[in-house]
Amino acid sequence: MNALLTGLRGFAGYFSGVLGADAYRKYLEHHRDSGHAGPPLTEREFWRDHTDRQDSNPQGRCC
Amino acid sequence: MGTMPAGRPQTADPEDGITPVPGLPPTAVDETVREAEERKWTPGKIALWAAIALLGGVAWFMLAIIRGETVNAIWFVFASVCTYLIGYRFYSKVIERYITRPNDRRATPAEYKADGKDYVRTDRNVLFGHHFAAIAGAGPLVGPVIAAQMGYLPGTIWIIIGVVLAGAVQDYLVLFFSMRRGGRSLGQMAREELGVIGGTAALIATLLIMIIIVAILALVVVNALGESPWGVFSVGMTIPIALFMGVYLRYLRPGKVMEVSIIGFVLLMAAIIGGGAVAGTEWGAAFFHLDKVSIAWGLIIYGFIAAILPVWLLLAPRDYLSTFMKIGVIVMLALAIIVVRPEITVPAFSEFASRDNGPVFSGAVFPFLFVTIACGALSGFHALISSGTTPKLIEKERQTRLIGYGGMLMESFVAIMALVAAISIDRGIYFAMNAPTALTGGTVETAAQWVNSLGLAGVNITPDVLAQTAKDVGEQSIISRSGGAPTLAVGLAHIMQQFIGGTAMMAFWYHFAIMFEALFILTAVDAGTRVARFMLQDSIGNFVPKFKDHSWRPGAWLTTAVMVLAWGAVLLMGVTDPLGGINTLFPLFGIANQLLAAIALAVVLAIVAKRGTFKYLWIVALPLAFAAVVTITASFYKIFSPVPAVGYFAQNAAFAKALADGKPSFGTAKTTAAMEAVVRNTMIQGWLSVIFVVLSIIVIITAVIAAVKAYRNAAKGIANVEYEDPAQPSRVFAPAGVLPTPAERELQAEWDKLPADRRLEHSARH
Repeated sequence: MNALLTGLRGFAGYFSGVLGADAYRKYLEHHRDSGHAGPPLTEREFWRDHTDRQDSNPQGRCC
Repeated sequence: MGTMPAGRPQTADPEDGITPVPGLPPTAVDETVREAEERKWTPGKIALWAAIALLGGVAWFMLAIIRGETVNAIWFVFASVCTYLIGYRFYSKVIERYITRPNDRRATPAEYKADGKDYVRTDRNVLFGHHFAAIAGAGPLVGPVIAAQMGYLPGTIWIIIGVVLAGAVQDYLVLFFSMRRGGRSLGQMAREELGVIGGTAALIATLLIMIIIVAILALVVVNALGESPWGVFSVGMTIPIALFMGVYLRYLRPGKVMEVSIIGFVLLMAAIIGGGAVAGTEWGAAFFHLDKVSIAWGLIIYGFIAAILPVWLLLAPRDYLSTFMKIGVIVMLALAIIVVRPEITVPAFSEFASRDNGPVFSGAVFPFLFVTIACGALSGFHALISSGTTPKLIEKERQTRLIGYGGMLMESFVAIMALVAAISIDRGIYFAMNAPTALTGGTVETAAQWVNSLGLAGVNITPDVLAQTAKDVGEQSIISRSGGAPTLAVGLAHIMQQFIGGTAMMAFWYHFAIMFEALFILTAVDAGTRVARFMLQDSIGNFVPKFKDHSWRPGAWLTTAVMVLAWGAVLLMGVTDPLGGINTLFPLFGIANQLLAAIALAVVLAIVAKRGTFKYLWIVALPLAFAAVVTITASFYKIFSPVPAVGYFAQNAAFAKALADGKPSFGTAKTTAAMEAVVRNTMIQGWLSVIFVVLSIIVIITAVIAAVKAYRNAAKGIANVEYEDPAQPSRVFAPAGVLPTPAERELQAEWDKLPADRRLEHSARH
């Protein structure tokens, strides 16, 4: 049962990675690692910026 | 200079000139260790690869040589997977060794440009899924279905062999070289490597190709939704669902992507089920029953609004939904085919394989089969993705093989699955669904009569079967639903109902399939319009600087409108074409897509030559030559063929003459207006073919010139101009393949022992 749960959790983690759901966590990691002086963006600010930047930097989706 | 834990000195490598960062374990597996590991053939390894080769060989034998009554679908799975494994393990390794020559001691853009937003190191297996979701869409689901007209074998061979030698090579190389250039786009690379003329031609060609691709994808949706109240309702509901998701993510629970995707998915399922109920009521059937022209106009208006709305409101949430569905659907389809293992009755080569007047698409196997199946075998559009987001996310250089080459193999597998689904249905139904109304007559009686008159071996369809199939999948009619999507949906419903749910679920599965294809296509249409609009803005910006300002509303709206009108015009042309839009336009889609592939390969050819790799240049030259020959020949047929069904201008002349002679109807055009439409459409399509082929020839010639120049320079000892970003030492390590090798595991253990604070990227301070 535990193995199943771990497997499911692993899959969910992978899936959220593919979806890009972990973008904020990765941003925080980067912020911490690169030694920025200021506080990081909040989750709300980050996602707002995340989609707003796509407005001016569109990415193709293939056929 | 300190020493590394392994005791190696921290000096610049004489080969690559990179000085490793002191105090860190090696960032790459030692070259000799890796080499020894790769070259060591243990008995177990030999047995494994022998088994794979044997199984693949047997599967190909079953598909290509044995001529039984039927062939089991499982052989398609074995033939493709075994060939992919061999191609991945051996051919892509050759490319890696002699052409890309990745260096894991070198930092990737995700490392040296890290910003936590666009440039983010991403786990290779996650990135594989991410890249796959970006490249695969409706294309590999549609082309193979249409190509099934020729029988299963030509398509199967082209999809599997084509991807190993061409499609995956293109994706891998573009990805790698874009990564070496900090994630530069194909257009920028073309400009640098090919000069102003080649670069400009590449840019214009890309823009036109995007218009054609978006238009024909939209045509596939229109054909799938025309006169289908259920489909219109459930696909229409994706818009409010996406809007809700957008608001949810922006205001209610920002960042809860997984959560909102699941909510969206549940709503989507509800929309499909609800669609059945709504279409069952009298008012629903009346309200959502739209003809193709209305749907086309709806799509055009929708396309414009979607492209000017902020990304967060519609595009981003639908993208999540589309990715969510994509992975799920493909896993499900593969599972179902492996479990159900349908028997295929379609012959290896059909009666149309040796003719050029097939009802689904016209033209002979060569070159038209090779352009009908673009996505899944060789898709130029991928070059735009491989030189877009993905190179900015790669963690280590060696991972490009898994992501670029491997990702494309995966798409090819999707194409094979789609082919299997399409050929698992009765051939009579296949032709009744895919031939234009002009041939089938539009009713079950006329369609059955027409199909039976084709003289196809083993085909004898009754009107009842056609009517019953339509009833099973919850449609009013399945006659002349060309475009590939409905056929795939019937095939998928046919397979899935044996897996889950039985016949009662067929209608659900059918509309589920239509829904996800529409979802992929709408996402591609939105994103394509946006990308094309930015390209147009930048191009106009060279003359009117104001246009370069992307936030300038009038400019953005104007260029969006131009782009939408451009693809909208082609779409309407296809919808109203008396000859059947898919039949005439689909070749143009494939030609456009593969011309883009030729352009991408031409750019790669120039780069590889400039790096001094002449002995293995054939690896790039081979797919380039093939793509060039196929597309240029196909274009020439389309331009010069005297056969009206094939040549645009021949068709044009035939109809123009009929008009001049004052005939009230001609061929499949029953009115003067329809005849005039044919004259107009063929003229536009013909000139588009001319422009495409001219632009592509310019790009290919400039690339060959650049390659020859590089060769002469090398002979004279002159260094070629290098556009790669300067090499910087990496400070991270990650394995290259899906599973780490023993040497990689050993090195990883060394890294894991490193105190956390030293593992971090303090260099990226800003």
